[in-house]
Amino acid sequence: MRFAVIVFPGSNCDIDCYKAVRETIGQPVDYVWHTATDLSAYDAIILPGGFSYGDYLRCGAIARFAPVMDEVRRAAEEGRYVLGICNGFQILTEAGLLPGALLRNRDLKFHCHSTLLEVVNNETPFTREYAKGEIIDIPIAHGEGNYYCDEETLARLEANGQVVFRYKKGENPNGSVNDIAGVCNERRNVVGMMPHPERAVSELLGSVDGRRMFTSVLSAWRERHGAAVNG
Amino acid sequence: MAQQLTAKEPTAEQIAELKIYREFGVSDSEYELICKYLGRKPNYTEIGVFSVMWSEHCAYKNSKPLLKKFPVSGPRVLMGPGEGAGIVDIGDNQAVVFKIESHNHPSAVEPYQGAATGVGGIIRDIFSMGARPIALLNSLRFGRLEGNPRVKYLFENVVAGIAGYGNCVGIPTVGGEVMFDESYEGNPLVNAMCVGLIDHDKIQRGVAKGVGNPVFYVGPATGRDGIHGATFASVELTGESEEKRSAVQVGDPFMEKLVMEACLEAINAGLILGIQDMGAAGLTCSSSEMAAKAGNGLELYLDEVPQREEGMTPYEMMLSESQERMLFVIDPANEEKVRDIFARWGVPCAKVGRVTDDGRLKLYHRGEVVADMPVKALVDDCPVYRQRSEEPAYYRAFASVDTTAFEEIKDLTGALKKVLASPNVASKEWVYSQYDYMVRTNTVVRPGSDAAVVQVPGTRKALAMTTDGNGRYCWLDPEIGGKIAVAEAARNIVCSGAEPLAITDNLNFGSPEKPEVYWQLEKATDGMAEACRVLGTPVIGGNVSLYNESEKGAIHPTPVIGMVGLVTDLDHITTQEFKAEGDVIVLVGETYGELGGSELQYAVLGKTEGRPPKIDLALEKRVQDAVLEAIRRGLVASAHDLSEGGLAVALAESCFGRGLGAAVNVETSLRPDVALFSESQSRILLSARPEKADALVVLLRERGVVCSVLGRVGGTDLVVKVNGREGIAAPVEELRKVWKEAIPCLLKN
Repeated sequence: MRFAVIVFPGSNCDIDCYKAVRETIGQPVDYVWHTATDLSAYDAIILPGGFSYGDYLRCGAIARFAPVMDEVRRAAEEGRYVLGICNGFQILTEAGLLPGALLRNRDLKFHCHSTLLEVVNNETPFTREYAKGEIIDIPIAHGEGNYYCDEETLARLEANGQVVFRYKKGENPNGSVNDIAGVCNERRNVVGMMPHPERAVSELLGSVDGRRMFTSVLSAWRERHGAAVNG
Repeated sequence: MAQQLTAKEPTAEQIAELKIYREFGVSDSEYELICKYLGRKPNYTEIGVFSVMWSEHCAYKNSKPLLKKFPVSGPRVLMGPGEGAGIVDIGDNQAVVFKIESHNHPSAVEPYQGAATGVGGIIRDIFSMGARPIALLNSLRFGRLEGNPRVKYLFENVVAGIAGYGNCVGIPTVGGEVMFDESYEGNPLVNAMCVGLIDHDKIQRGVAKGVGNPVFYVGPATGRDGIHGATFASVELTGESEEKRSAVQVGDPFMEKLVMEACLEAINAGLILGIQDMGAAGLTCSSSEMAAKAGNGLELYLDEVPQREEGMTPYEMMLSESQERMLFVIDPANEEKVRDIFARWGVPCAKVGRVTDDGRLKLYHRGEVVADMPVKALVDDCPVYRQRSEEPAYYRAFASVDTTAFEEIKDLTGALKKVLASPNVASKEWVYSQYDYMVRTNTVVRPGSDAAVVQVPGTRKALAMTTDGNGRYCWLDPEIGGKIAVAEAARNIVCSGAEPLAITDNLNFGSPEKPEVYWQLEKATDGMAEACRVLGTPVIGGNVSLYNESEKGAIHPTPVIGMVGLVTDLDHITTQEFKAEGDVIVLVGETYGELGGSELQYAVLGKTEGRPPKIDLALEKRVQDAVLEAIRRGLVASAHDLSEGGLAVALAESCFGRGLGAAVNVETSLRPDVALFSESQSRILLSARPEKADALVVLLRERGVVCSVLGRVGGTDLVVKVNGREGIAAPVEELRKVWKEAIPCLLKN
């Protein structure tokens, strides 16, 4: 299974995502520059955290125009796996690949700390190895992670099971509607989340609860390509 | 000599007659010297260039003799002071690069940008050595927070500025310290430190090598921001300082990230011969220092300098402190390759000069030579001053103060709560949760501990790092305070399981022209130098920030120590929180009746007086060596340095991490309040698994270190008895709440 970590100017969690893929599942992974125009070689695409183009405008508002985004869109349409983390999530919403928007945190401050998340939907390729309702420890680090969408969209997301993660009740750090920390598209192959699973892959760093994001997607891919891989 | 005539610029004659040079902080005698070195009167551009190069900030003209006292070499030191940052060997062809620098005056007038650009500047110092920055720290001082909206504004915006810059560049801010005291009210301190990693063979220097080689400018265009920043940093702040806002630059962390990645790529490809950042005094300082270090000269073609505004004069271009700019020299054969790298990162890059062999800095503008100065005069020949030194009257008066002669505090739990709620001791989570301290996923020990620990990627090694300083101790006795600053930094490093390697220092003082302040500077540097020698931690670089004064007078003398230590194996990493029920609590060191400058004196008794705790450096070294040995042998479960608030606070903080209680008894001949809050030095609180406690005590005693078994970890309350009688008793959660909520609560009011 081949992974691409997209590097926008200003991405700064690219190296962390790369390391997490290598250390958790040992699969081949490449850094792919924002100007790339062909992602056909990749089974999964990660849009990492950071401050793409400085994020001096709305976060992700410029990155959505990067040449590579057409290929990300194509990958999503083809059912390949796309994961946006933090700034990556912001970019996916700006690009229209995921619903909603990320506003400034309720208290207008950057927040960096561990958070407890509830796994709401364990039927996405990235969450299949978690139990539904399981509480996991994944850190956040963002200034604009306050998830917002209109009521109609919210109702649809909830009805369709598109809410993937929620902050544990009473511990919503940023004011997100319905405590939403991560969502997916209807097809469930595109997932975006503000917390950083790539920062929770070793005991030394304080949590291993993010590992299963990576092992999940590998097992999902193997299942889909079962014969070819096993053979 | 062509004089570029604009409506604004006075002629060389006018500068002399009207003594305009004085406005730049150049004295009459310095002006005479400049005329001598030039063989004529300087024009406006030249006097501007000389004035920044001869400012305290760039030339250390008041502090040089004092800095000479510091030990600067050692078996591990690969590069001492003089370059962008010092470098220390950590084995396996790897080295650690670090430096601290102040941005006090800019932060006093424009806290967000002042702090942000302070972070930007120190990052450039690190990557200009060829190193990959891996961590940021800071040391901050503000006035009293209670009921002071201006202090609150400064505090909130400095923290936001540090966060805004560091988070965007993607370098974790892993540690630091914040202290509050009236003396910093009009003049906050913002010291930023950066730590980087490098392979020995990649080390760069800021030298203009190879006559005829091209000089490149990289980074955003030069604007009119920050003109005379270095001079601004070298005068006292006054009521008019607000008007100096234009001297504060605006940071662009996104550009910094791109410049950093592009420069590191060019360096790693072996394409750079010499590189230096344009920090204080911008193009002036970088060009003349690079030429001086190589013994060469340099020509700059100012029309080629990317300019943000129209009609900029040579004076403005040379003195601008626009941010995120670097200057470097390459072999002309590599020009294509270098341009390709910078183009790929979208970073502007321009050929602006040439290395020459005449030892002169020559500036060309619109076809004419507009300045022509000997490089050596600019960089090396600034006169050095030994200011008059005088022991201050307050110091003599404090000699007779008995710091234990106050009415006995009977409610020790109440006193502990007061000290825990003091912003100096209270949890700094409100601060560090705004910093991304995890990015790059190497942060093993997060902020809020004695020292942060960052793993060296791909190895079993890690680096422990801390910033420390205590202005109150230094004010009461600068020599002892200077020693304690170094000793406490090293103690923090040892408590985290690391061996102290070296320090970088930031000397924050008032005006050296005041004899009492110069005395403080002399004594503090004496103390620091001795501590560095005894503890084996040389000074590999640093920064001097003088003239930290407001209308109320000088700040407390505040040398800040940035120290880095080496963890040789990840298994040695130790944290301060108690780990398990039943663990045995051991206090290393002896407690005396020493409350001068203590947190109890400040927060409960409302004063700062007397003498600070004394320190025996040989004993300190013994304690640190013994504790590190015990940690490396796996005998220690937790280790916490005793500092502000003494034993009572150290016990409480050790309980907070996991919410575990403790029951201890302190045997002492001191009064209970004195014993629990004394800030005697060379003390460390340890805990050990019950089966390892005996071996721990035996080892410590064999190493000639006094220790006492105080009690055990357990329950959910902190219960401290003194000579068997009740002293402190409270649920840990209740104490933790006081400690955790104090700063957010003060900011809300």
